[in-house]
Amino acid sequence: MNAAANTYPQVQTAGKPAGFDVFKIREDFPILRQKVHGKPLVYLDNAATAQKPQAVIDAISSYYTSSNANIHRGVHALSEIATESYEHARAKLQRFINAAEAGEIVFVRGTTEGINLVAQTYGRANIGAGDEVVISALEHHSNIVPWQILCQQQGARLRVIPVNDRGELLLDEFEKLLGPKTRLVAIAHVSNALGTIVPLQKVVEIAHHRNLPVLVDGAQAVPHIAVDVRALDCDFYVFSGHKIYGPTGIGALYGKRALLEAMPPYQGGGDMISSVTFEKTLYNKLPYKFEAGTPDISGVIGFGAAIDYVTNVGLDRIAAHEHELLVYATEALSSIPELRIIGTAKSKAAVISFVLGDIHAHDVGTVLDQEGIAIRTGHHCAQPLMQRFGVEATARASFAMYNTREEVDALVEGIQKVREVLA
Amino acid sequence: MADLRELYQEVILEHSKTPRNYRALAEANHKAEGYNPLCGDHFTVYLDVEEDGKIRDIAFQGSGCAISKASASMMTQSIKGKSREEAEQLFDRFHKLVTGQLHANGDQPDLGKLSVFAGVSEFPMRVKCATLAWHTLRAALEGKLETASTE
Repeated sequence: MNAAANTYPQVQTAGKPAGFDVFKIREDFPILRQKVHGKPLVYLDNAATAQKPQAVIDAISSYYTSSNANIHRGVHALSEIATESYEHARAKLQRFINAAEAGEIVFVRGTTEGINLVAQTYGRANIGAGDEVVISALEHHSNIVPWQILCQQQGARLRVIPVNDRGELLLDEFEKLLGPKTRLVAIAHVSNALGTIVPLQKVVEIAHHRNLPVLVDGAQAVPHIAVDVRALDCDFYVFSGHKIYGPTGIGALYGKRALLEAMPPYQGGGDMISSVTFEKTLYNKLPYKFEAGTPDISGVIGFGAAIDYVTNVGLDRIAAHEHELLVYATEALSSIPELRIIGTAKSKAAVISFVLGDIHAHDVGTVLDQEGIAIRTGHHCAQPLMQRFGVEATARASFAMYNTREEVDALVEGIQKVREVLA
Repeated sequence: MADLRELYQEVILEHSKTPRNYRALAEANHKAEGYNPLCGDHFTVYLDVEEDGKIRDIAFQGSGCAISKASASMMTQSIKGKSREEAEQLFDRFHKLVTGQLHANGDQPDLGKLSVFAGVSEFPMRVKCATLAWHTLRAALEGKLETASTE
């Protein structure tokens, strides 16, 4: 692979997005003001989890300060307020991804639980012995292991769409994998390890041409790309709150109504029923059928506040800012001797995975940490993908709306320090 | 930067670049693989143990960060010729060293060259790197065939 030739992502926008003031945005994120090891924090681990704006922190605090109560149960004032706030957040999520109705939004603990839910309900009902589930080489472990478990339970088989040396999906190979035994396609929208943006529209078209449902792991996509599930026409779309500036432990599963209706429940318990006798239980309507037990109410409210925050800033402007950072950082990092970027797709989110000569990613991470720079090092929960590129681990810098060119410069200086210390 | 130099001592960097006893051992009668699932570091430790428990020869192979590789390399040097019990005791002291439990006692003459790993105690995230080869050694001595893990 010739690294130099295909390293630069294509520039889709020129210059700074109008009216986007990154320094003003930074003021909304209290954690960014702190120092780490005496240096200003440079947080470049956003693909692991994003920092939270004050609005999200306030929403959670305000819920516990003034309206904590269980939802869908009490007739008292606080329960009514809590229920309303909870359902209001669901409506925000529905609008955010343009789902047809709020009933198609199921709250889960995160992307991982959403995928497990679909595997264990839709999967167990529709995938049997000899059937095949198709995933891609880009997947995070959370979109591999739930399907492996399902395949073991049902005697089904996992098939994997390969990628090229740039980390792009091979669509021709994808088409060849689809056959009479294929039952479902489960695929990442954006690769967490490489940043590759998957041509989802095309993938869905190909799958639907054969009447195959498509589940999309959108964890890495929603903070960076405007997602319209109806335009994409995907059947399931799953994402996490904490990667889009919301709290941890909360996520959303979108599913088309007809599919969700036909699926058996995931967990049994309170709130997911409409009536219970010892002989028979009638399940609740959507989405409550899939929300057994008292949910993470404050998490849902915080999630809603994060969606509001992102919507107010504007995803298009966020995407333009991040893309500018990606282009700037790719160019700056490419000038460092012995630094090789892993994942050079033409269409990329603001994620840069790299290896630095013979220096192990862990050592890179430790030296950068001493400079106040937080990056991810390791296999990024994508071991098969690391094997595909013949590396044990990479260092990964991932950008968010609040990152700056100055922080990219700090990263470049930090990497020079790594080379000095470990030379 | 002072802290980093404590961690990445010259001796450690030198061993990580040119590890000693880095080979497969044809005569090995004990062998174990060690794996750190968090970072993917992976080592195999080979032992040739005599009937009386003396470690006649030791070698290793694998990949990992500077700390884990240097630790494996220096471990092989300090273990060769020792008895099982002595190896266990050395691991115990080494573990205390890298987790900061020996600091109050000052120098640790019986750790010898391994004392250069004292700086690891300031970097708790890296303790697993420093001890991976040792965990693997223990697994090999116990005759375990399964993969040793830091988790």
